[in-house]
Amino acid sequence: MLHWLQQPWPWYVSGPLIGLMVPLLLLLGNKAFGISSSLRHICAACLPAKLPFFHYNWKAERWNLFFVGGVMAGGFIAALFLTNGKPIAINPALLQHLNQYQIQEGNSFVPTTIFSWQGLLTLRGFIMMVLGGFLVGFGTRYAGGCTSGHAINGLSNLQLPSFIATICFMIGGFIMANFILPFILQL
Amino acid sequence: MQNTTSIQKIDTNTDFEVRSLDTMCTNDSSLQHPWWYNLKYVMAGIIFGIILIKAEVISWFRIQEMFHLQSFHMYGVIGSAVITGALGVFIIKKMHLKTIHGEPIFFIQKKFSKGQIYGGIIFGLGWAMTGACPGPLYALIGSGITVILVVLFSATVGTWVYGAIREKLPH
Repeated sequence: MLHWLQQPWPWYVSGPLIGLMVPLLLLLGNKAFGISSSLRHICAACLPAKLPFFHYNWKAERWNLFFVGGVMAGGFIAALFLTNGKPIAINPALLQHLNQYQIQEGNSFVPTTIFSWQGLLTLRGFIMMVLGGFLVGFGTRYAGGCTSGHAINGLSNLQLPSFIATICFMIGGFIMANFILPFILQL
Repeated sequence: MQNTTSIQKIDTNTDFEVRSLDTMCTNDSSLQHPWWYNLKYVMAGIIFGIILIKAEVISWFRIQEMFHLQSFHMYGVIGSAVITGALGVFIIKKMHLKTIHGEPIFFIQKKFSKGQIYGGIIFGLGWAMTGACPGPLYALIGSGITVILVVLFSATVGTWVYGAIREKLPH
């Protein structure tokens, strides 16, 4: 059992399990699956600063903060006990493509030359983490949800706005990965 | 007694405009629970965090593969997740299932706004840069890559700035 858990799960196992989070949260307490609103609750709790967008009863939404706290704990448990230590089977063509930007390793979840505390002090690392993070937080709230809220939850409920949002997530991602990131990675 | 307080609570919440734009942020339970009722969401979160790691969707490399069309993996994960989620929602609607506390389950119809286009593209740009959407950010921090705290903090700042200037943005 543990041995099986430590193997990488194929998409047709992990995908449906992710999808089951939608009915699970509905059955637990009529909650709409979504992660990015936790960032809004953090703002509302820490620095509402007279902005109407952050003046609401965030305590009524605290389930979401418990949920993301659990996600963090789950990441800890899985990384510590449920991995087999082998690198993720990335397409070799991608790794070869990344080689030209001095990104050799594929055995971590992230390229550690960029996503590390030392990498934060490099120009490309700073841009990708600080600016990238800003765009994630700004964009998800502007769009009213992220991959979980729109792409998984919204599409599960056949919501057209979520379909539009998901298409735009992909458009933004394709533009960045193919046309902008090559320049950032060269820095 | 509980009913009258809940009605009051709904009546005093006049912040419909702000609410309607944030489709992810709804708490429709009229039951008042002690805080430890939320521990079940910690459990759900732990399960979700483990799945995210095992699904490898927290990998920056997997996200790059997806946007370079070099692997089916991410499309398979998201596609099968949507199909399973839709099946779950369909069953809940069809059988009129209630929550484990006996409350009715209802669904919010999302309203279209231009934010889904502009905000969606902005998020997509950030997604391909950081290689992580918000869920994986939390899971990555838990997995021991502590520098992702910077990304999460920056995302929180981004959310705050959106809240500060949203009146000026097209919706």
